[in-house]
Amino acid sequence: MDFEFIQSYIPLYVEAAKMTMKISLFGIALATLIGLLCSLIKTLKIPILKSIVIIYIELSRNTPLLIQLFFLYFGLPKIGIVLSSESCAIIGLAFQGGSYMAEAFRTGIDNVAPIQSESGLSLGFTKKQVFLHIVLPQAIATSIPVFCANIIFLIKETSVFSAVALADLMFVAKDLIGIYYKTDEALFMLVIAYLIILLPISLICTWIERRVRYAGFGNTSPVSGN
Amino acid sequence: MKQEQILKVEQLVKSYDKNKPVLKDISFCLKKGEVVVIVGPSGCGKSTFLRCINMLEPIDSGTIYFKDQVIRREEKNVHEIRQKIGMVFQSYDLFPHKNIIGNILLAPLKVQKRTKKEVEFEAEVLLDRVGLLDKKEAYPRQLSGGQKQRVAIVRSLMMHPEILLLDEITAALDPEMVREVLQVVLELAKEGNTMVIVTHEMEFAKAVADRVLFMDEGVIVEESTPQEFFHSPKTERAKQFLNTFHYEAI
Amino acid sequence: MQDSGIQVLFQGTNFLRLLEGLLVSLRISIIAMGLSVVLGIPFGVIMTSKNMIIRFISRIYLETVRIMPQLVLLFLVYFGAAKHVGVNFSGGMAAVIVFTFWGTAEMGDLVRSALISIPVHQYESGFALGMTKIQVHWYLIIPQTVRRLLPSLMNLLTRMIKTTSLVVLIGVVEVVKVGKQIIDASRYTTPTAALWVYGAIFLMYFAICYPFSMASALLEKKLKD
Repeated sequence: MDFEFIQSYIPLYVEAAKMTMKISLFGIALATLIGLLCSLIKTLKIPILKSIVIIYIELSRNTPLLIQLFFLYFGLPKIGIVLSSESCAIIGLAFQGGSYMAEAFRTGIDNVAPIQSESGLSLGFTKKQVFLHIVLPQAIATSIPVFCANIIFLIKETSVFSAVALADLMFVAKDLIGIYYKTDEALFMLVIAYLIILLPISLICTWIERRVRYAGFGNTSPVSGN
Repeated sequence: MKQEQILKVEQLVKSYDKNKPVLKDISFCLKKGEVVVIVGPSGCGKSTFLRCINMLEPIDSGTIYFKDQVIRREEKNVHEIRQKIGMVFQSYDLFPHKNIIGNILLAPLKVQKRTKKEVEFEAEVLLDRVGLLDKKEAYPRQLSGGQKQRVAIVRSLMMHPEILLLDEITAALDPEMVREVLQVVLELAKEGNTMVIVTHEMEFAKAVADRVLFMDEGVIVEESTPQEFFHSPKTERAKQFLNTFHYEAI
Repeated sequence: MQDSGIQVLFQGTNFLRLLEGLLVSLRISIIAMGLSVVLGIPFGVIMTSKNMIIRFISRIYLETVRIMPQLVLLFLVYFGAAKHVGVNFSGGMAAVIVFTFWGTAEMGDLVRSALISIPVHQYESGFALGMTKIQVHWYLIIPQTVRRLLPSLMNLLTRMIKTTSLVVLIGVVEVVKVGKQIIDASRYTTPTAALWVYGAIFLMYFAICYPFSMASALLEKKLKD
């Protein structure tokens, strides 16, 4: 392997990694927002909006991101909506991720046992208070593992954005292979770059998941005897 | 002695499935300071009845009065009425995300908006009474079933309810824990708290009740003092029911 | 009336060609899925092993596959393996290898979690009834495992189908590639072709994946009752 080549192209990968991170950050933030909104609409059973949310979730979950992206990037300009590759990527990621996030939060809410709301109600809480003080904190805790898994899933999904000419990690790797035939070096750096981004996040997620599952509600260890 | 009537139920009908009513025409009266125990075979509608009183279930027809005021699930102020009617359930329903003191203080602080200092003091007194003051900072998962139920009772008492509904609170407990919970209830009864209790513990019912209701298939079949009910039940159905608790050597 | 351009889908054999392209990706996902199921079941059983080393190695395999984007894996096999192993994989072949590699890991994990979710007393009551080990597995454990497995299996299949769309990026001529050809060919006659073609492909994928998602949700619900 040509380490000099690798060294000279590290800055290029760093730039590309920044792009991948930037798209992930905005896309995931937007997806989380969409997810919260959708799960709230579904929980509150708001008519009409609820149907729209259901249709959106099914469309988004049952189609590949790549196709959604091609539609946004190549299709929409034909009716006058021209988007840069960056905005396409962010919109695409948010569109795909929103449904996954919505399902995560929704499952969290559903998993709170009805008896929890009932005991809240019988203590004299209003429905709003029950949701805020009793259901929501538990729902967030239970949906965190899926939420974390979604974050990793969505960062991985960003790898397809090179297909709409976004200068991300895949794009750079493809370039180096195409122009210099430095296949090994390009792929090596690609794998390393993704590992550097994803491994810490994956480890943090595992750590959070453990904490939420076992410790969050005071189950780390039996009460320490003094 | 003429006692103030605190709860009245008139001709209550409730069904989950349209053609099969769970409660058929229940009428019932509760006086202040009275302890009423409801017994009956599983599925007779006892628990549903309690849930209806606390407006956790919509009802088909009938009226429920709390101190001469009609109460309805649909009213805006149901949460205000519910503060005056406490309820403890069969399953451990403590909030898992809060520690014990957090569980107890949540409603007084958020619903009644009382000051933290005042309620914390009261909570500690009550926890001490049920022997759990040292578990104040523990989380529900670290407690045994019996301890959880005692906390659940304290959590209800903190709201100063005028009626306490207890829905089979020992049914999910290991036998050795039943006593510690029922002891607390007995003391509450002695102090003159108004309670409606659904239970399968017949000895406990005998000890705690001022009045026993026997329900079967959604109707109140028999209503009498505990002495009468347990020693000379009037109806055949009650006799059969009581017999299921006796074992004879063959 | 203004010409919308939707007719581009039905000109000549365009629609048929799109469907044929779709079939190419579908074939890849079905082959990969079939292999994943066949290989994933033993892998799942292996993962329940009490041997720490076996569990560690299978864990590494699973996590590696999970952490790398599938497109990166595709590149590794398509470009990397071609150079080193000296075998020139076709894009389709590379895709089958990668998706099987990935699917086996996922399938294995599904089998593992289904197996460990069966309570110990199911085994014990079987043995207490005098069943042999084989009988216990055949009559009690396998039927319950399969029931628990089916919804997630359907889910994995839709994920597999969706992921197969990536193969266009390693040069497989499938539905997107055919779509591009159609768009290029009608550049002057139908300028809006891209909108309709990609819209159609979008709906085609939906039409395939949606029934599986529904089935998965239904099975899951049935399992809960």
